[in-house]
Formats: sequence, C-alpha cells, structure tokens
Amino acid sequence: MELNNKLTVSASPHVKSAETTTGIMLDVIIALIPAGIASIFVFGARALAVIAVAVICCVLAEFLSRKAMKREQTIGDLSAVVTGLLLAYNLPSNMPLWEVALGSVIAIVVVKQMFGGIGQNFVNPALLARIVLMSAFPARMSAGAFVGLNNTGWDVDGVTGATPMGLITLADGIKDGAPNLMQMFIGTTSGCLGEVSALALILGGIYLIIRKVINPIIPCAYIGTVAIITLIAFGDVNAMLYEILGGGLMIGAIFMATDYTTSPITNKGKFIYAICAGLLTCLIRLFGSLPEGVSFSIIIMNILTPLIENATKPTIFGTVKEKKNKEADA
Amino acid sequence: MAEKKTLGQEFSKGLIKENPVLRLVLGTCPTLAVSTSIENAIGMGVAATIVLICSNIVISALRKVIPNKVRIPCYIVVIAAFVTIVQLFVKAFAPSLDASLGIYLPLIVVNCIILGRAEGFANKNGVLASAIDGVGMGVGFTIALTLMAAIREFFGSGNLTLKVLGYGTTLTDIFHLGETDVLTAIGLEPILIFILAPGGFFTFGLLMACANKVAESKGKPKAELKGCEACPMAATCAMKADGKECAE
Repeated sequence: MELNNKLTVSASPHVKSAETTTGIMLDVIIALIPAGIASIFVFGARALAVIAVAVICCVLAEFLSRKAMKREQTIGDLSAVVTGLLLAYNLPSNMPLWEVALGSVIAIVVVKQMFGGIGQNFVNPALLARIVLMSAFPARMSAGAFVGLNNTGWDVDGVTGATPMGLITLADGIKDGAPNLMQMFIGTTSGCLGEVSALALILGGIYLIIRKVINPIIPCAYIGTVAIITLIAFGDVNAMLYEILGGGLMIGAIFMATDYTTSPITNKGKFIYAICAGLLTCLIRLFGSLPEGVSFSIIIMNILTPLIENATKPTIFGTVKEKKNKEADA
Repeated sequence: MAEKKTLGQEFSKGLIKENPVLRLVLGTCPTLAVSTSIENAIGMGVAATIVLICSNIVISALRKVIPNKVRIPCYIVVIAAFVTIVQLFVKAFAPSLDASLGIYLPLIVVNCIILGRAEGFANKNGVLASAIDGVGMGVGFTIALTLMAAIREFFGSGNLTLKVLGYGTTLTDIFHLGETDVLTAIGLEPILIFILAPGGFFTFGLLMACANKVAESKGKPKAELKGCEACPMAATCAMKADGKECAE
C-alpha cells in the first residue's frame, strides 16, 4: 500500500486524533518500565545487560534491514525498542548475550521486516523469537535452567532452579519449595526477566488501559479464562492464584496478546481470541509436557486471528444482516 | 525448452539456472528431510542422480513406444525398477547410509525431480541429451542438498561430517576437539533449531533467495514458476489444451 501524505482519501467519519505510532509505543515503553526495574532488582546487573543488548540489537537490526531493503527508516516509531524490551523480558537472565542478540535479529529481520515491517508481522515478533530461542537452545530455556533466587551476581551459570511453573502439577498440586503467593505477586521468584513481578506488570497494564492504549477485554478475558479453568481443575483457590501469578501469563495477557497487528479488531473477536488463548494455555500447562504454554497459545491465536476477524466481521450500518452461509466461516 | 541447447548447456542449466531444488522447487521433501548431515546429503544426491540418469535414458529411448495415455504409470515402473536396484546396492555396500536415509531412499520413486524430468525433458528429447540433462540435474540436486546440509549441520551441531561411505573425517577431528564441537570451542554453542524442521525451511528459503539473486545477476528471469514451460504437468494439462494458462 502506498501512502500519500499530501492527500488523504478516506471514508467517513473524518475524525482526527493526535495519536501517533510513536506515542503509543512510548506509552508501552513507560508501562514496561516497572517490570524492568523489578527484574533488575531480582536478578541484578545481568538483567540490565540482557535488556540493553536486546533493545540495542533490535533497533540496529531494524535500521540495517530497512537500509538493506532500501525502504524508509522506521526506527523513529520506537516499535523496535518495544520488541527488544519484550524479548528481553521473555528470556532468563543467564542467557548468553550473543544468543540474546540472535533472538533480536530473528524478531526484527525474520518475523517483522521480511513480512513488510511494522503492522505487517503475522505473529508477535518477540514471542516468535522466544520460541525460536527455546528450540535452538533447549538447555538454556527449559524448566530448571533458570537462575535461582538471591543470585544477583554477574556469573550466574550453574546456580539454577525450577521456575514456579515447574513446581505445580495437576496430580500433585503445589509442590514443596514453591514460592508463596505474596512472593509471586511481588516478583521474588525465578523465571524470565519480565514475568516474575505480577505487581509491576499489573501497574503497567493499568497505565495502558487508562491511556486507552490497550482494550481491557483481552487481558481480562484471558486471565479470567485461565482462572476459571484452573479453579475447576484444582478445586483450590491457592492453586488458581498460583497459576495466574506464575509464569508468563501476566506479561503475555497484558503486553503480548494485545499487540494491534496480531489481535482481532472487534470486541467479539477479542473475546473469542482471549478465551481460546486461555484455553490453550491451560491445556498446555495442565496436560502438556511443557510447564508453561503462554507463548505457544498466543502465537497460535495470532495465526488464527485472520479467521476470527472474518467470522466476526460487523454488518455495515444500514444493511440487513445476511443469512449465515458457509462462506462466512471460511 | 524453446531454443535448441548444446549438450554443455543441457548440463550446466541444472547447476544454478534451472537448479531442481532452488529454482524449480522440486524434490522439496527429501531435501528438507535428509539435509541434516553432509554424509546423508551426498548419499541421497548420488542415489537420486543415478536413478535420474538411468530413468532419463530409458524413458527417452522408449518415448516413441510408450502410449501417451498411460505414460505416467510407465515412467513410474521404470523409475521404481532403478530405485530398487540402487536400494539393493546401498543395502549391500553401505548399510549405514541405508539406515540413516531410511524411508527416503525408496521414496526416490516419487521424487518430483525424477518424474518431472521424465515428463518435462526425456519424453521430448533424444537419449544423449536426456542423459546429460539427468547428470546436470542430479549434480545440481546434490550440490543444493550438500550446501543446505553444510549450513544446517555446522550451525545445528557445530560439526561437519566430511565423509563419503564412511571414509573421511569430521571437522572436530581436524581440529582435535574430542567431544566438544567447533561452536562450543569458540565460546558459542550449537543452535539446535537448524537441525530441526524449522531450521531446514529457513535455510531452504535463504538458499532459494541466493540462487534467485545469482540467476538474476546473470540476466535470467527471477523465477520460472509461472507459465506452462516449467510445469511438469503441461502436456496433460486440460487448461493448456483450451489455450489458457493456469493461475500458477
């Protein structure tokens, strides 16, 4: 699509808004800051290094790939910074820095720029990069490879422990040695950088909702679905709260699933999207071989988003709703 | 095949310009499946090349005898015969290769490259030209496969098995690394995903882009996927009989 700045031809209503991509991205960055501070507090300077490398590499990858493809520069819209932050928040603090850089290149070059840049990616770039890194370096990112508590030093190889999600199973419930709910709420547990502190993520989420950057439907419906299913499955409020606060659910529901490009537009579509993501997350967590399934569920729902959009297309004002035919589903 | 080519051109076109894997996008399934180590890639490439040359020669020789309506089953019978011969040879003389190629060795029967060349070339050209075409296409297939395997094996396991039929060496042996691999030795670690299917697709895509770039720099068109010229089904295509071109 060629955009012409001189003349905008568009359908009514011609509402002008001061909202810009840069402004929205800046809001997301502000909302992500509390989680970053929490991660540095929990994991030490190594966390800061991972975040810095991811952000710098993402911006650099965006700059170089746009230059190589002879397209206009888009690093000013700050979307690469957001991708870098989200990627870093999805990695453990003991990840070697060259692997963090590799993940940034995959997110920006492969997932984003090869498909056309901002607004054209078919899945969330940071999440897909996380999944690629998970399959590329399984020993680094499998449960039990994460840095344990009180290891804020630089050289953290070898001092690893299970994440909270590895300490709960459907058969046994919450196992011994698992952190208590207050620890999980504040964030003093092990895990990926950005996912540990539910408090910081909720603060960021509330900021985004107040600023109207994200619609509360997706996070609320997603977390709500997980809450209901785990409550039924475990029959225990503690286990339910543990499932909600643990793992990547908060960061996934608030920051990843709400990506504009890869989530449905209509409210009905958002409900379907979020509830399906919640269902998938519970299926993987409770019955799958992996302890955590947020990233896979969101990626799967990202890919299904065009189908949801098609099925929830609103009728044009003033027209009679067409009879349901098979084509509407396809 | 509009203009007449010399035998040299019939050979060299299979290397890059009409490389079966990278430019015609044929034989994708075995390409992705066996390109995890150089040893397998060369074994698969050589086996497919032998079948391709033999089937091209026989089909070209029989092209006036085979009735047009049943030609595909006839081609498959010829190809299957040669695949069986090759498979028995591999089983007898290189059992380890047979074990690592597994089902993909008998599956050469349905390899699109071989049927595609039979349908697209051997049934229209003489025996010598068909044989040369088979050699070129086979070499092109082997090169593409080996290149892919080299990239995937190096990044995926940090090692290269520079072996043919069990003779040869590995990259770790050259550098006397013992149990560790080259990537670990220089402070990195193997990127396992390259050995897995997603890495295969990724490498395949990158190599296709490179092959397109090389062909383009020589003034050749970007891809030959459109039009009936490159389509192996062109002769039987109902739409072509009506004078139309299909969407692909």
